[in-house]
Amino acid sequence: MSDVVVIGAGIIGAACARALAVSGARVTLLDRGSPATATSAHGEGNILVSDKGPGPELDLARYAASLWPGLSEELADELGPAFPALEYERKGGLVAATTLTGAEPLLAFARTQRAAGLDARPVGADAALVLEPDLSPDVTAAVHYPEDAQVQPVAAAEALLASARRRGVDVRGGTEVVGAVTSGGRIRGVRTTTGTVEADTVVVAAGPWSGAVGQRLGAPLSVLPRRGMVLVTTRMPHRIRHKVYDGDYFGATQSADAALQTSAVVESTAAGTVLIGSSREQVGFDVRLRVDVLAAIARRALRLFPTLTDASIMRSYLGFRPYVPDHLPVIGADDRLAGLWFATGHEGAGIGLAPATGEIVAALVGGRVPALDAHPFRPGRPGLLGASGEDHREP
Amino acid sequence: MSRDDRVTITVDGVPVGGRAGQSIAGVLIGAGEQAWRTTSFASAARGVFCGIGVCFDCVVEVNGLADVRACLRRARDGDVVVRQHIAPPEVIP
Amino acid sequence: MTPHSIGRPGRRHVVVVGAGPAGLSAARAAAEAGARVTVLDASHATGGQYWRHAAGPHEQLTDEELRLQHGWDTYCVLDAAVRSHPAVELVTRAQVWAAERHDDGPRLHVLVGEPDDAGRVPLTFSPDAVVLATGAHDRTLPFPGWELPGVTTAGAAQALAKADGVAVGSRVLVAGAGPFLLPVAATLAAVGATVLGVHEASRAGALARGWLDRPWRLAGTSGKLLELAGYAAGHVRHRIPYRVGEAVVAAHGHGRVEAVTISRLDPTWAPIAGTERVVEVDAVCVSHGFTPRLELAVALGTAITTERFVDVDVRQRTSSPHVWAAGETTGIAGVDAALAEGWLAGHDAAGGAPDERRARTAVRRRAATHEVARRMAAAHGIPVQGAGSGPGWLRWLTDDTVVCRCEEVTAGRLRDTAAVTCSTDPVSVKLTSRAGLGICQGRMCSAAVTAILGAPGALESRPVAAPVRLGDLARAAGPSA
Ligand SMILES: Cc1cc2nc3c(=O)[nH]c(=O)nc-3n(C[C@H](O)[C@H](O)[C@H](O)COP(=O)(O)OP(=O)(O)OC[C@H]3O[C@@H](n4cnc5c(N)ncnc54)[C@H](O)[C@@H]3O)c2cc1C
Ligand SMILES: Cc1cc2nc3c(=O)[nH]c(=O)nc-3n(C[C@H](O)[C@H](O)[C@H](O)COP(=O)(O)OP(=O)(O)OC[C@H]3O[C@@H](n4cnc5c(N)ncnc54)[C@H](O)[C@@H]3O)c2cc1C
Ligand code: FES
Repeated sequence: MSDVVVIGAGIIGAACARALAVSGARVTLLDRGSPATATSAHGEGNILVSDKGPGPELDLARYAASLWPGLSEELADELGPAFPALEYERKGGLVAATTLTGAEPLLAFARTQRAAGLDARPVGADAALVLEPDLSPDVTAAVHYPEDAQVQPVAAAEALLASARRRGVDVRGGTEVVGAVTSGGRIRGVRTTTGTVEADTVVVAAGPWSGAVGQRLGAPLSVLPRRGMVLVTTRMPHRIRHKVYDGDYFGATQSADAALQTSAVVESTAAGTVLIGSSREQVGFDVRLRVDVLAAIARRALRLFPTLTDASIMRSYLGFRPYVPDHLPVIGADDRLAGLWFATGHEGAGIGLAPATGEIVAALVGGRVPALDAHPFRPGRPGLLGASGEDHREP
Repeated sequence: MSRDDRVTITVDGVPVGGRAGQSIAGVLIGAGEQAWRTTSFASAARGVFCGIGVCFDCVVEVNGLADVRACLRRARDGDVVVRQHIAPPEVIP
Repeated sequence: MTPHSIGRPGRRHVVVVGAGPAGLSAARAAAEAGARVTVLDASHATGGQYWRHAAGPHEQLTDEELRLQHGWDTYCVLDAAVRSHPAVELVTRAQVWAAERHDDGPRLHVLVGEPDDAGRVPLTFSPDAVVLATGAHDRTLPFPGWELPGVTTAGAAQALAKADGVAVGSRVLVAGAGPFLLPVAATLAAVGATVLGVHEASRAGALARGWLDRPWRLAGTSGKLLELAGYAAGHVRHRIPYRVGEAVVAAHGHGRVEAVTISRLDPTWAPIAGTERVVEVDAVCVSHGFTPRLELAVALGTAITTERFVDVDVRQRTSSPHVWAAGETTGIAGVDAALAEGWLAGHDAAGGAPDERRARTAVRRRAATHEVARRMAAAHGIPVQGAGSGPGWLRWLTDDTVVCRCEEVTAGRLRDTAAVTCSTDPVSVKLTSRAGLGICQGRMCSAAVTAILGAPGALESRPVAAPVRLGDLARAAGPSA
C-alpha cells in the first residue's frame, strides 16, 4: 500500500509526487492517459512573475521562480546528459503597451508590484527598442521584468517524473480513477479502471478535469476548462530575446468573462521557432479549430512586432487551462473528506507554479509548515466547493 | 506564355536560366544543382525530396521571403532566390 | 474567376478540394447532378499527381511530354467538361489551409496566390457539401543517408519529369515497393536518365500471393493492368533490370548521394547479411507506398480507418455530415478508382439520385479497382511485424540514421529519449526529442517514429494544413459574409 495516491501525471502531479517522495512518502501516481501529454503538453512554458498583482498569487509565483534555477540544475545533474534539456532560461519579460490609454495602467500596475518588492523596471520606448529591436516603434510604455523565465514544459514534466521514479514513485499510465474507497469518514484509496489503489492520502492534480475527478470522489470543485490557442512559426533567425507580451495580458488573465479574449505573448524557443499565444475562452472542452481566434492572436502579435508579418505559421494547437472563478490555484486539504487534497486550478501558470505547488503539498501532507502561507489557496474558500460545472462535456 | 519562353532567376546573385513554367526546383535541377539548402543543426546539404510540397526540404528564400517550397513555386523572370540556412539560436548557457 | 464566399440558398453548393482525377471527376458529376460547384487546387494546374504537367495551356504539351502521360485524352475531356460547365468555378493556386467544423457545417479557409507567398488573397467557403480529394504522398522508410541530396521519393522523380522536364539524375536507381516504381523508371528513362535498376522490396512469394491469387477477380481491371504491362514492355525496351526482394539499405556520399548499398531482404524486409553490394549512382528514387493527405479530413472530424484512410461508405460519405471523400485519401487504388470514387462522391454530394445507371457502373468499377488495391497491399505492403522486435526494415537503421529530416533527429536519439523518459507516447516523445516538430510537421517521419518506438501512432492533427504567413492570417476572414 502507498502512503499517497496522486491523481494526474501532468506537471502538477509530477511535481507533487516527486516532492512527496523526497520527503519520504511512498507514492503512486495515476493517469488515465500517458503522463505529461494533456494540458502540460498543450501550453507554453512561461514562468512569469510579471503578470501577477501583489497578493498570494504573486507570492506563490515568486516562490516558484526562486525554486526553478536550483531545480532545473538538480534535475539535469540527476538525469544526466542523455535526458532532454529542460531549456530553463531566465530571459526576462518585457511588457509593452501599444496604445496611449494602455500606458498608464501598465505603469501603475508595475508600481504596485515594485512596492511588493518585485523587480519591475519601467523603460522608455527607446530603451524598449534596445532590449527588443524589432518591437513596434508605436509602443507607448514598457516594463522590463528580469525575473521572468521559461522552460520546456514537457521536458520539465518528464524530468520531474523521471526523478520521481528514481525515488520510488510508481507512475502508472492508462489508469483512470473512477471513485473513492472510504471508511470511517475518510478516504482509504481510489477505485480505478485497473483495480483499487489503497492510500490514506489522495491528491487530485487532474488539471482541468480536477472538478470532475473531485465529483467522482464525492467532493466536487468548480474547476473549469479555459481554452487557449497558440501559433507556432517555422524556425527563423533569432530576433526575439525576451518574453514579450502586450499590456492587455494582465486584463485577460484576471477577467472572468467567458467571451473570447486575446493577448499576444511572443517568445522564441530554444529550437528557433517563435510561439505566439494566446486566447482565453470558456467553451467547455471544445477542440475545434477557430480561425477567427487565430486571426485575432495574429493581429495582436503584429501590433507588437510588425516585422513578424512574413513569419510562416506552421502549426496551431490548443489546450484547456484549469480555471477557477477567483483565479487562485487550489492547494490544500479538502475539509469535506479527510485525506483528500487538491493541487489544481493553476489556469495559465501551472508550468511555472509546479515546483512551488509540489513543495507546499509535500509540506502540508507531511504536517510541516510550508515555506509560504498556503491558507489563501485552500479548497474550502468561498465560491469553489459545489458543482464542478456542466462544462465537463468531453469533445 | 509559350513553351519556348525562357526565364532567368538569380541564385545567391548568380543568374540561372530555365524554361517558362518550370518550378524553381526544376530550374535548379536543370542547371545541374542537386542541393540548395543547408540544415540548421548539421549544416547538411538538402534539395528536393518529395517533389510535391510535403517535406519542405527544398525551401529557399524567394524575393526576401524565407520558407518558399522550390518544388511548388513557379520560377518567374527576375526572381531573387537565396539558398536558405537558418541557424538555431545560440545554445543556452 | 469570381470566387464566392458563401453557400447561397437554393441550389446546393459543393466545394471539391483537389483537382486530381478524383476531384475533377467529382466536380463534373456534381455539376451534372445540378449543384453549383467550386473546385480548389493548390497547384498551378489541374490533373493532380497522375496528370501532372507543366504550367500553361495543356494543348501545348510537346510530344516528349505527352509520352510521359497515360490516359491524357481522359484528362482533357474531364478538364474541359469541368472548365466549360457554367455551374463550376475552378480556382487553381488555391491552398485550403484550414477547415473548420461548425454546428451548421464545414467552413474552408483558402489563400489564393503563389505557393508560400505573402499577401495571397483570402477566400472563405461555407458550402453545403465538401468533397475531399486531396490525394496522397509517397511514404519512404528511412535508411542511413536518405537525407542526402539526390535521394528523392519516386513521386518526386515523376513530378519533376512531368512538370519540369528534368531528370533527378543521370545514373539513377529506383527502389522501394509497389507497382508505382515501374512508371517512375519508365519516365526517368524517357527524360534521358540511365536507370540502373528497379529494386522491389517484396519477395517473389508475396508478389505471387498478391497478384496471381484468383486471377479471375481481376476481370474488369484491365486498364490498370494493361498500363502496368506497358511499363514492363518499356523495361524490356530500356533494358532496365527488375529485381525483387531487394532494397536500398544505405546511401553514401559527401554533400550528395554518390553510391547506395543494396541488400537482399527476408520476408520481414530485414537485410540478409552478406548480400550487400554497392552501386554508384548520382540519384536514387525510393518509395515504399503512399500516405493519404488527411489534414482536412481530420480537421473536419471524419472517422479514419485503422489503416489511416478516410472511412467512407458506398456513396463515399464520411462519418461527418456534409463531408465526402474520394481518391487516394480513401485508399491507394490508382487512377481508375479515383475516377469512379470521384464520380460517386460528386454525384451524392450534389444530391443526385443514388440508383442511376451510371452510379451502378461507377460502383462496379470501384469494386474492380479495389480488387487491385487489395492485391497491391498484399503484394507490396510494408511489413508491420518481424522476428524479434518490430518489422525487419528497422534493422536498416543505425543509431545515427536521421529519422526526422527537419529537426535532424536520429534513431539513436529517439530511442534514448524514449528510454530515459520511460515514454513511448507520441505526444511526449515528439516534444522531448523534437522528432516531428519541424516544418513538415511530421509528415515525413511520424509513421517511422511510431514504428521505431513500437508504439501505436496517435492520429496526427494538423489544424494548419499548410503554412500561412502571419500577416495573411491576421487578415483571414472570420465568419464569411
Ligand atoms: C494555451 C495555453 C498556454 C499556457 N501557457 C502557460 C505558460 O506559459 N506558463 C505556465 O506556467 N502555464 C501555462 N499554461 C497552463 C499550464 O499548461 C497548466 O496550468 C498546467 O499544464 C496544468 O497542469 P496539470 O498537471 O494541472 O494538468 P494536466 O497537464 O492536464 O494533467 C492532468 C492529468 O490528469 C489526468 N486525469 C484526468 N482525469 C483523470 C482521472 N479520472 N484519472 C486519472 N487521471 C486523470 C489527465 O490525463 C492529465 O494527464 C498554459 C495553458 C494553455 C492551455
Ligand atoms: C508525386 C506523385 C506522383 C504520382 N505519379 C503517378 C503516376 O505517374 N502514375 C500512377 O499511376 N500514379 C501516380 N501517383 C499515384 C497518384 O496519387 C494516383 O494515381 C492519382 O493521382 C490519385 O488521384 P487523386 O485525385 O486521389 O489525388 P491527386 O492526384 O494526388 O490529387 C490531389 C490534388 O489535391 C490537391 N490538394 C491537396 N491538398 C490540398 C489542399 N489542402 N488545398 C488545395 N489543394 C489540395 C493537390 O494539389 C492535388 O492536385 C503519384 C503519386 C504521387 C504522390
Ligand atoms: S521537395 Fe518536398 S516540399 Fe519541395
